[in-house]
Amino acid sequence: MMATKKFMFVNRKAPYGTSYALESLEVVLISAAFDQEVSLAFLDDGVYQITKGQDTTGIAQKNFSKAYKALGDYDINKLYVEEESLSERGLNKDDLMDLVWEDEDEDWAEKPSIIMVNREQLSDVMAEQEVTLSF
Amino acid sequence: MALEVDGQTIELDEEGYLVDLSSWTPEIAKALADGEDVDLSDDHWDIINFLREYYEEYQIAPAVRVLTKAVGKRLGKDKGNSKYLYSLFPYGPGKQACKYAGLPKPTGCV
Repeated sequence: MMATKKFMFVNRKAPYGTSYALESLEVVLISAAFDQEVSLAFLDDGVYQITKGQDTTGIAQKNFSKAYKALGDYDINKLYVEEESLSERGLNKDDLMDLVWEDEDEDWAEKPSIIMVNREQLSDVMAEQEVTLSF
Repeated sequence: MALEVDGQTIELDEEGYLVDLSSWTPEIAKALADGEDVDLSDDHWDIINFLREYYEEYQIAPAVRVLTKAVGKRLGKDKGNSKYLYSLFPYGPGKQACKYAGLPKPTGCV
């Protein structure tokens, strides 16, 4: 059995226009199958990946934003969002999707997955990681 | 690869998954199962319908572990275990059930 490591996937790019966001999401889902301790960070334009109301009809691409709502099912429930990145883009927490996970031990109670952090706090969380992958 | 259903030709990829996910019908599921000598029971349909709803909601085919947990929650603990799911889909509940349900192969499935 492989030892459990703390993995963080750092998402810094807008969801569409490049394939970084989708590629990151796929690696995240795969890594969860190996029982690692996975967390995600959203900063810079990466915060747009989890905004509400995404509509891709104009660019003829699949809208994969709903898939972030499945992360809780994969036991991925630490999604760090950098406050400065949101405010620099005129966004706030209410512009983000309501991402939750269900606690099986508490009769499937829904709990929030999004953790708001400032730049300094995020760098502390990053420093605790054993593996950091940036997309 | 291709499949004939009700006089229509349905395109499949090299592993037998639907190329056009929106072309799925229950008849296609039956034809895919026939091809693997599986007779679809109500228990099979529960899982297939569940997968289609899951995909509709999240746009991904769930990993087996996630499917197992979700089935346990939705259909009862006696069905939310891999023994039960493998008894229905011996080639792997992820791969085989997703194929019949017209979903892509689950991400991370080898």
